[in-house]
Parts: sequence; structure tokens; C-alpha cells
Amino acid sequence: MDPEKPQKKDKKTAVLQGNEACAKAAIQAGCRFFAGYPITPSTEIIEMLSGEMQKAGGVFIQMEDEIGSACSIIGARWGGKRSMTATSGPGYTLMQEAIGFAAVTETPTVIVNVQRGGPSTGQPTMSSQQDIYQARYGSHGDYEIIVLCPSSVQEMYDFTTRAFELSEKFRTPVILLSDEVVGHMREKITMKPLPKDTGEQTRVYASSPTEDFFQGANSMVEGQLHDELGRRIGHIAPKSGEFINKICSKITDNIKEIADVEAFCMEDAEVAILAYGSVARSAMNAIKLARGIKDDRIKAKFRIVKDLFVRGVPATIQTDYSHLKVGLIKVNTVWPFPEEKIQELARNVDMVIVPEMNIGKYCREVKRALWDKTVISMPKCGGEIHSPNELLDRILEEVWCK
Amino acid sequence: MNELYEKYIKKESLPTLFCPGCGNGIVQFAAIKAFEKLGIKDELACVSGIGCSSWIPCYFKMDVMHTMHGRALPFAEGLKLARPDKKILIFTGDGDCLAIGGNHLIHAASRNIDLTVIEINNYIYGMTGGQKSPATPEGAVTKTSPFGSYDEPIDGCSLVAAAGGTYVARWTTAHPLQLEKAIAEGIEHKGFSFIEVLTQCPVQAGNNIFGEKSPVAMMARYKEMTYIYKEGMEIPEGKVRIGRIKHDTSRKEYTDKVLQKLEEKNIKKGQSNG
Repeated sequence: MDPEKPQKKDKKTAVLQGNEACAKAAIQAGCRFFAGYPITPSTEIIEMLSGEMQKAGGVFIQMEDEIGSACSIIGARWGGKRSMTATSGPGYTLMQEAIGFAAVTETPTVIVNVQRGGPSTGQPTMSSQQDIYQARYGSHGDYEIIVLCPSSVQEMYDFTTRAFELSEKFRTPVILLSDEVVGHMREKITMKPLPKDTGEQTRVYASSPTEDFFQGANSMVEGQLHDELGRRIGHIAPKSGEFINKICSKITDNIKEIADVEAFCMEDAEVAILAYGSVARSAMNAIKLARGIKDDRIKAKFRIVKDLFVRGVPATIQTDYSHLKVGLIKVNTVWPFPEEKIQELARNVDMVIVPEMNIGKYCREVKRALWDKTVISMPKCGGEIHSPNELLDRILEEVWCK
Repeated sequence: MNELYEKYIKKESLPTLFCPGCGNGIVQFAAIKAFEKLGIKDELACVSGIGCSSWIPCYFKMDVMHTMHGRALPFAEGLKLARPDKKILIFTGDGDCLAIGGNHLIHAASRNIDLTVIEINNYIYGMTGGQKSPATPEGAVTKTSPFGSYDEPIDGCSLVAAAGGTYVARWTTAHPLQLEKAIAEGIEHKGFSFIEVLTQCPVQAGNNIFGEKSPVAMMARYKEMTYIYKEGMEIPEGKVRIGRIKHDTSRKEYTDKVLQKLEEKNIKKGQSNG
């Protein structure tokens, strides 16, 4: 591929919605093909890119369904254009076969899933983190995939850019697993210029042609298991087994490079909250509350709670959390599972609380990794995010009961 | 080996997986002859779906995408939109194109995007072992229609013509020269081209539907059961029309429309073309 030069602009700030930030970042990252189908709550991305993409000299097409969207971005990538699609719940389900195809043909592409509540039509306008496993295991067969989980508008911007970098480097589809809260909130963000393009791109790939079409390379893109030339090997057992191992290990062998796990107040923490996506925001505020870290936005919240109290509504404001030594482990790359990093960060804590907006799915992985600790799942379904007080109350409860 | 085969076929990927007597080889060679006539080997890429016929381009010495069942068209649309300067040829079958990929076919035809689709119609699902397809004649006994098929067959050519495709033709493997000409015409035509080829599947359709296993007999049958329409002629009953069915050059092509709009808006076309 002759990589399209990303637009280099000076550092800029703006107040943007999460979905808008994602669209802007895609163009900045050199994405020049977007195919999509409108679906709540991701529609702002397709709306914004319908104009912006064409203005940037790229291609925009509204396809007949999400299957078509996911297929055409793969086709476009082989035509030499960085490509992306954005969707939510039901649309993401329709895209699974194409995601598997992108994984097996080692096609770099980015799929944004702004999660809503499911199953089926579910809760179109409410948030959830129910697709955490679908993002990892959605397509049939064995493959590994990279999934990034933003928790703020800034991260929506930064992670979109990173998604393109990772997908090109590891020749794999990358999922940006956002949710309705992050997609629809507005925040001030800084749009940093991209680092200078060195022109040389390292590619980590297993066993597929990597040259784009029309370069004279006779690339054979094959959905069956194949060799370096794209010839099918699906009927040869040892070669097929080797292929599956290669396609998985190109990701799992590079976890150290891919994994992005942040820690806050973990130096002396006795209890850790492990969170990802929008729930990590609540967790962050919970830690600030307990640790007495000043934050203007939290003060504002205090005032509101006080007002409520005056009017006779019981509020948790009086609870003293100051004796709680709480820290936060914030997982930004949820898949491949950053097991070692989580183990390292949590080595000194006794207890880990895993709040998620689903039935407690990611907690299973955490329990497996932190088998020697008390890992408590804190699921919440229905579409509402955990409040900071809710998190701290639960920790208090667990600590008292211990 | 035939010198055209030397030029266009990857020797290392032979033998093909087609059964003896299969019509796919005839279509493959007709396509190769069309490429040679147009001299566009480097300007062309092939996309195909799943099924016997979708294996035809997998032996070509060119850029080929062998994609998912029914989805060859959206893959090809993405590729075409990324490289509007190139030609894309799609090989698909009656099941791939009219059943699982039916919606994509309607929308691609309606967009009139410059793609050439060769739909190889063998009246049956051959690769999975002889189940009924959308093209299977009503009443035909197959592995999944033991009491005869209840569905009336779908006519791909009429469907595409109605949906807005601008070049529609139908030939059979008994008409290889005409087929070659039609493929060349389809590739040259700026717009959505759809060429249906009736092929013999002696192993599955021959056994299940037509009651004769001989490819020669099946091809002779295709000659008998078809007619070429000439202006004002009386339409023979129970026969299938072959030849060029629609050729409309008045409709604008999709990528042209996009590029024209961008020019109007003063956006450099292909500003970031690879």
C-alpha cells in the first residue's frame, strides 16, 4: 500500500461529542473509506463522515445493510484505502462473518461498535457493555482480535487513531468498543497532530498476501485457510493447524506492545476497582471521592446531593470513605486480555471489584487472572451507569463483611 | 498447455476442483479470451463468493478476492469505489447471487455501479451436494425438495433489468463464442453488467433435475430450450430467452456521479488515491 498521508494539523481543542470525535480522528488517521448503515446510538458517526469523508477526498457509501458495510470496507482496504465502519448492537451482530473474514485474510480495518442494550433490538437509546464477549468471540472459529475501550471523548479520539495504527501493524481488524454514554457525551478534547510518518511501516502478519490490489502482486485474498500465496490449505490438517496458531500468536505474542492498562492511586491501594469504558469514569470519580482528590466536577456533584438532602431525600454524602484505600485499574485494551499487566498492578491488593454494565462478563477473565485474590463482580443491567457512591458503598460493604 | 492458459492461469494451483464435464471450464476460458481481446489483464481484479462457480477466478494470475457466501458484490463495490479507475469482474452462482446475496444484487444493480457480474446458473447447489437453489425449476426433485420444489424459479436477468442494471445478457455453455463477446461487452460497458450463463452440472443437476448425466446431452438440451429474441418475433412458449436482453447507456454510473459531484464541490478527485 502506498499509505495515504494523514493530515497534519496543529494542536487544536474543541468541544465534541464522542461519536464526532471518532469521525474526526478517523479522517486524521488517514481513513479514506467509510461504509455504514444508520443505527442508534452510532448514527452521528455515519452522519458526520457522509460529508467530511468526501471533503477529505475519500469515499463514503451508505450500504444496504451492515453486512454490506463490513464487506465493502474490506474490499476498499484491498483497493488501498484505510477503511472503517461504525454500528451498534444488531448491526454489529450482522458484521460478525465479515470480521472473521478480515481476521483470516489479515485485512487491516476498523469497526466501531457504540454499544447499546441487548439482546435483539433491546434498548436502542440506552448504554451497555454487553458486547464485551461478542467483540472477542463474535465470529465463528478461532482467531484473536484487538479491542479498544474508550471512556471519554478524548479517548474516543485517541483510540480511533490507535486502532488504525494497530490494525495496519498487525494486519488485523480492530474493534473500537465504545458505548452510548461515551458516544453521546460532549467534552473538551485536544486533537493532537499525528507523529511524523516515517514512511516505513512494520507489518506483523501470519500467512497471507499483504500487497494491495493493482500493484502487480497477484494478491489472492482467500477466506479459506491459506498459505503465503493465498492458496487454500483448508484440506491439509497439519498446515491448517499451523495457520490457526500463527494467526492467533501474531496478536498474543505481542500483548506487551498492544496492552494499555492504566493505574490510579494503586501504589498503596488495598482495594482496586477494575473497570473499562464509561464505567471507568465512575470508578475514577469514586477514587477521587475516597482519596479526597479535588475535582471541580465532583464538588458540583456534592452540591447537588446536598440540595437533595435539604429537601429530605436521603443522600450518601455523609458516608465517610476516607479510610478506604482504593485504587483503579483501567483497562483500555480489553482484548487480547492483558493478564500479566493486571496481575502486576493488582499484586498488592486484597480485593478487586469489577463493575460492568452487563451480567458480569469480563469479571470471569479477571477472576481467572487473579485467582489468589478476592474478585467481586458488580454487574448492572438496565442501561444506567454505576454511580461513584454506589461503587464506594459496595466496597464499604465488602470490607465490613470481610 | 494452451498459451492463453499459460498467460492467465496459475499453474501451481492446478488441478481445478471442478468435476469432469463441468461447465465452469468453458466459462473460465471464455473469460480469459475476453481479457485477452480487451488486453486489460493489469486493469482488472476478480471477486467471487462461495460455490463451485466462485472458484473460477481462484486460478487466475491476477488480484483475486474469494469472499463470503453471497457477499461478493459488497466486497467488489468497496474495491471499485476505492479504485474507480479499474475494472472488477465478479463470478457468482445462482445460489450465491440470487438467494443469500439477493439483496446486494438488487442494490448494486440499482446503483448502476460499474461492475461486471457473471452469474453461473447450474440450477442447483452443486458444492453442497445437490440441494434446490432459487433457479431450480418448479417441481424438480432435489436433495431438499423430495416431493418436487414448491418455489417458482427466480429469473436473475429480469430481476437485474428491473432493479436498474444497464447491461443484461444470458448465454449458455453451448454458446462459448457469444459468451466471450458478452463478457467483453460487459466489462467495457460503463455501468452494472449482468451476464447469466446456463451451465451443465452433470453430477448434481444432471442427476437430480434433468435425468441425464452426459454433459454433451445437457449442452444440447440448453441449445434446444433457448431462443434468441429478434424484434417482432413470436415468443416460443416454455423457452428461455438468451442473447443481449438489455443495453442501456443513458443511465449514469455511480462512481461517475460521485466524482462529478466532488468536482462540482471543488474537491480534488482521488485526492488521496493510493
